Amino acid sequence: MEGPLAIVVGILIATGVYLMLARDLLHYLFGLVMISNAANLAIFITGRLTRASPALIPEGLEVPPMPVANPLPQALILTAIVIGFGLLAFTLALIAQAYKVLGTLDVDTMRIAEPRKIKRKASP
Amino acid sequence: MGTAGGGENRDNGQAKLGRHLTLLTALPPALLTLLLLLYMPDIAAGRTISFGFVWIADLGIAFRFYIDALSLLFALLISAIGAFVAIYAVAFLHGHPQLRRFFLYLYLFIVGMLGLVLAGDLITLFVFWEVTSVASYLLIGFNHTSAVARRSALQALLVTTLGGLCLLVGLLLLGSVAGSYEMTQVLASGEAVRASPLYFAILILLLIGAFSKSAQLPFHFWLPNAMAAPTPVSAYLHSATMVKAGIYLLARMHPVMGQTDIWEWTLTCTGAATATVAAVAALRQTDLKLALAYTTVIALGTLTMFLGSDATIVIAAAITFLFVHSLYKAALFMVVGIIDKQAGTRDINKLGGLGQSMQITFVIALAAALSMAGFPPFLGFIGKELKYEGALAVASEPALVATAAVFANAVTVTVAGMVALKPFLGRPNHVYPNVQEAPAGLWISPLILGGLGLTFGLVPELVNDELITPAVTAILGTSETIELKLWHGLNIPLLLSILTFGLGIAMYLGLSRLRDWLSWDFSHAPTNADQLWDKSLEKLRLIAALQTNLLQNGVMRHYLTVIFFTISLVLTYALIRTGQYSLVFEWPHLNLKEWAAILLTVGGALMAGAARKPLIAICALGALGVGIALIYLFFGAPDVAITQLLVETLFLVLVAAILPRLPVFSPGRKIRFRSRDAALGALLGLLVTLTILVVLQTPFDSPASNFFKEASVPQAHGRNIVNVILVDFRALDTFGEIIVVFTAAIAAVTLLGHRLRRGKQ
Repeated sequence: MEGPLAIVVGILIATGVYLMLARDLLHYLFGLVMISNAANLAIFITGRLTRASPALIPEGLEVPPMPVANPLPQALILTAIVIGFGLLAFTLALIAQAYKVLGTLDVDTMRIAEPRKIKRKASP
Repeated sequence: MGTAGGGENRDNGQAKLGRHLTLLTALPPALLTLLLLLYMPDIAAGRTISFGFVWIADLGIAFRFYIDALSLLFALLISAIGAFVAIYAVAFLHGHPQLRRFFLYLYLFIVGMLGLVLAGDLITLFVFWEVTSVASYLLIGFNHTSAVARRSALQALLVTTLGGLCLLVGLLLLGSVAGSYEMTQVLASGEAVRASPLYFAILILLLIGAFSKSAQLPFHFWLPNAMAAPTPVSAYLHSATMVKAGIYLLARMHPVMGQTDIWEWTLTCTGAATATVAAVAALRQTDLKLALAYTTVIALGTLTMFLGSDATIVIAAAITFLFVHSLYKAALFMVVGIIDKQAGTRDINKLGGLGQSMQITFVIALAAALSMAGFPPFLGFIGKELKYEGALAVASEPALVATAAVFANAVTVTVAGMVALKPFLGRPNHVYPNVQEAPAGLWISPLILGGLGLTFGLVPELVNDELITPAVTAILGTSETIELKLWHGLNIPLLLSILTFGLGIAMYLGLSRLRDWLSWDFSHAPTNADQLWDKSLEKLRLIAALQTNLLQNGVMRHYLTVIFFTISLVLTYALIRTGQYSLVFEWPHLNLKEWAAILLTVGGALMAGAARKPLIAICALGALGVGIALIYLFFGAPDVAITQLLVETLFLVLVAAILPRLPVFSPGRKIRFRSRDAALGALLGLLVTLTILVVLQTPFDSPASNFFKEASVPQAHGRNIVNVILVDFRALDTFGEIIVVFTAAIAAVTLLGHRLRRGKQ
């Protein structure tokens, strides 16, 4: 059952990497979205898939009566989704501000912090 | 108060400080000398003192000190000559604006040297070893406005710390072989160390450390350059400290590492070669200070040469010479400092006739130089006789050692003449018409040091019984009796002495012609060690620039490529390591809605990847997000699905809000890059898929999941297990998550808010 989803994760990673390597920062952002989704999905799959009911315990019982979905990866993914959102929102704001200041979204031309060539210092 | 007034006040303060400093600065080392002298009889009788505290208990490292006759001899030289140097420095640097800084460095240096020779633990020894490297860097570069001084300081630092690193590794290996870092235990485990397969490695590493510090070939070039330091520092560096640190290490390790063929041959040959090369270089110099500096290298080579042996007489010669050398070398450097200060030059070709106006300095120079040249009745004579006796007793190559010793000593005689005769005899020079005798503060220290050389020569018992003999005993580990006396009768050493004087005097008389010949010869040499050093530093910079441009070229895509590629390598490695799995892909039975969700996800991803316009890409991303949410929903995770949908919506809203302010996609990458990136993406995607499939083949076992299923109701009273995990069992994680999101929100608002305010203006 997990097989096809593992392939889905692979496709998301492949596309995400391809997008992140683009010159354009918006592409980069979209690649980041894809990779964080892929990571969540990977955690979800490796916790084993089941069509069983959600991890709920009916009233009056102490443990789930029948096999239920694995709750642990779900808890992890919930945290990851929210944090991932924080990351993406901040990246987006950063991109917007970068464009405002630099006038471009082309990462190859953003060379203020690391200039094109380190010149060798003359010996003292 | 005006600026000028302030400056004047400060100058007055400096002057007052200078006067008061004289005694005060010399006081701590002088007191220490007295203290050590008090211990001397006890130590000479064979007692040792050990004290300290545990530093890092788990590693068996202690901050420990250990005093035996050998360390006492060195400590006495360091503190006593330190006191004289302090007195001299106050007069020499009188009125220097950074006098206080100078003494800070000097004391740091004294403390480092004392700690080094008194260390009772290998790690303690290393720590102080490095302290001396740093302190000497500060002292050599004291005239920090001079580029030459800065270069020399850096060179000394790099050479000695490079050796220091080797020393550290050597000491760690030695400690592991000996089973302890404690000096007494290390000293007692000589046989185990020599039998160890690591002996050769330890020896090489320790020797690199000692040779770099004590300026042996091929590390000899830094010491003459260290002449950039103020003269008091040179006097100290060359006589009692720094360069003697390596000699101390060799002497200290003699009982552990010595008595093997490789020890004897390496030390003898390196020492002899160093002494010979330095002797030739000394003859070429016209700067008195430089000539003296090369005689220090000669002396260090001689000491190294002798420490290779384990015959009593040879070690006795080494220790006696070490002691003599400290006294006269300090005095002579001080004399050169006086000449430089009074006459304004150190150039031997310009100096002459100073003897009439500077009688005291002349006498001091003569006393020290006669000791250096080894004339009777000075202590230097005894040292030299012992040296020849020792040289002839060296087991491996007596002829080689004796020849090197005679040549080195003859050059030493010549340099003694250069320093003590040439500047003072002959006609006065017009360069310094009104030269005067130096103030007492300058000549008192060399006077005492020179006087000591004479006193000890006349009454050698003063130093022999309680200093030299016990130190030799400490090195060899057996009780030794050594006789120091002026007249040994007519024997080969005496003949060699006479030969030395003859050769030395002849070279002094023919000095200018000799120098011409030597400098012609050497200016045609392709390169020397100093230039080689510069070239290798240049190469180092080149490599640094190359690798920086290669690895840190400032292109983000390049960095990302490297990161993704590295991840691919790690995953490949992990997959290969795991091995033992079958790649049989069982086609599963998914129902229609599940296939639809998968199709939506994959279709969204591919469309976003191919989209040329941002709006289409965003729509595709939305489809992708919904597809994934559906997958969560179908496989028992409704909570996750809801959150995914919510976040997806929020993100789309954010992007849509900001998108109008951004340009449409800039022109894409080149085809070459596009196919490369696609290949890298495909590789990584394939590897991740394979990894997941391999993980899925291992049996599933999760005690944590089962625990949460069972403990959810009884312990946390919650029926939605996922929620219970989030808000109860892992509440701290969730709290951290909230902080992260808030921080991101604040940062984003700051970024965008800045933008909004600007917009209003």
